[in-house]
Amino acid sequence: MALRRILCNSKILTSANFNCGNSRSVQTLSLPDLPYDYGALEPAISGEIMRLHHQKHHQAYVTNYNKALEQLDSAISKADASAVVKLQSTIKFNGGGHINHSIFWKNLAPVNEGGGDPPKGSLSNAIEKQFGSLEVLVQKINSEGAALQGSGWVWLALDKEFKRLLVETTANQDPIVTKGSALLPLLGVDVWEHAYYLQYKNVKPDYLKNIWKVMNWNYATQVYEKECI
Amino acid sequence: MAATAATSISSPLKCGLFSSTPGFSWSTRSLQFKKNERQNARKASRGVITAKFDLKPPPYPLDALQPHMSRETFEYHWGKHHRAYVDNLNKQIVGTELDGKILEEIILLTYNKGDLLPPFNNAAQVWNHTFFWESMKPGGGGEPSGELLNLINRDFGSFEAFAKEFKTAAATQFGSGWAWLVYKANRLGVGNSVNPRPSEEDKKLEIVKSPNAVNPLVWDYSPLLTIDVWEHAYYLDFQNRRPDYISIFLEKLVSWEAVSARLEAAKARAAEREREEERKKNEYEDDDEVVDNSEPSELYVESDEDDSAAD
Repeated sequence: MALRRILCNSKILTSANFNCGNSRSVQTLSLPDLPYDYGALEPAISGEIMRLHHQKHHQAYVTNYNKALEQLDSAISKADASAVVKLQSTIKFNGGGHINHSIFWKNLAPVNEGGGDPPKGSLSNAIEKQFGSLEVLVQKINSEGAALQGSGWVWLALDKEFKRLLVETTANQDPIVTKGSALLPLLGVDVWEHAYYLQYKNVKPDYLKNIWKVMNWNYATQVYEKECI
Repeated sequence: MAATAATSISSPLKCGLFSSTPGFSWSTRSLQFKKNERQNARKASRGVITAKFDLKPPPYPLDALQPHMSRETFEYHWGKHHRAYVDNLNKQIVGTELDGKILEEIILLTYNKGDLLPPFNNAAQVWNHTFFWESMKPGGGGEPSGELLNLINRDFGSFEAFAKEFKTAAATQFGSGWAWLVYKANRLGVGNSVNPRPSEEDKKLEIVKSPNAVNPLVWDYSPLLTIDVWEHAYYLDFQNRRPDYISIFLEKLVSWEAVSARLEAAKARAAEREREEERKKNEYEDDDEVVDNSEPSELYVESDEDDSAAD
């Protein structure tokens, strides 16, 4: 049961015989639980935002993605190429939204669980080597985030091929792989207005400044070390 | 309320007539922007004209649309977001070749056929937000009438069908952006290509949506109505419930008077443009030499001079 849930909540869609949602052939996804309470990231991110962000926005991506998958399944079985193509954008939006937010919740942690603690070990070395210092990296991520027009994400990513760190942005809910198939996300910062507006209003830079107080570098380090042993 | 001093300048109706697009000939050969109809007044300081767009206030006090759109939303949306677009645009263009141009010109130039130049975002958002405030009024909503309603019935079947399509467009503009009712005169459905055999039916209403700062001016359509679906437009009042915001907008806020006035202006421009194109065609047929068009048409990336399909 637990294994099925983990696989079902994984950001990687499997075609294994795990029935996630229902008895039909389409494997639907479900909203992953938050690893902490909604209020646990205060004052950096308010509980109200966390609740809406998780229960409404992320849930909507999951719901709409599942709906699109079922429509896709139907279109495929009817060999309706036009319908299949038409569904691509909603699958990208909503699937990407689910993927990105699933990473995001793991990128954050309460202060008493390591949130805000700077990276250690090999990731820290790589950051120093490539960016000079953690401060410089954070500054770069924040300025990219502040400059992003409209909705999107800022990422610290690892290029698996060249074993290099890089800072990259994506528009809307495009996952980082849309910028390069070898890119692995280590940290993502949601800069859609829903991620900060109720608390920070138009002052996006303040949100970007404060989110580092609850950034879960442990997660990023784990992902990095798995790839760069 | 300090903010209302600036906002109570004109009556809503006057601003509806005074608003965004009247008097602008959309002919890309000659942009005849009448001085007193410019959307954003430019000031001269010390005898020198510089890039100084002003933040135009909505044609009603900031609390006038409550409870449907809160004063708090206006304080941020107009007072911070719109203001920042204006300030940043001014900073961006001062001393450049865009300095001194009117807003619509800057938008078209910096759209650059979709390869956006940096000032585009600010310029278009300045325009879009003014157009948006003027699309609403206290006690708005209800249904349109007159010629506007006739066209809506003709092109959508019914007002209900129009409303449904408008709401869908607004709800499905993914990420940040806008939904629009536009008047499309003699433009084919491909970019802004001109229909070589225009008829009355080609002058029609359409609903379009656009991402981020893009607006239908860049497609050579005439915008009639817009709703801002960037999250900052509705998050304080509606949080994630964008569909509720869109419904309230249509039911309680839309100024159909403003939309009707814009439609009249758009039709007048379309007629004027037709007359001009007819005139040019006759001149080409009458004269052997090409008429020298000394207007700065080379500035406009979407010139329809010889690329016109009229062959």
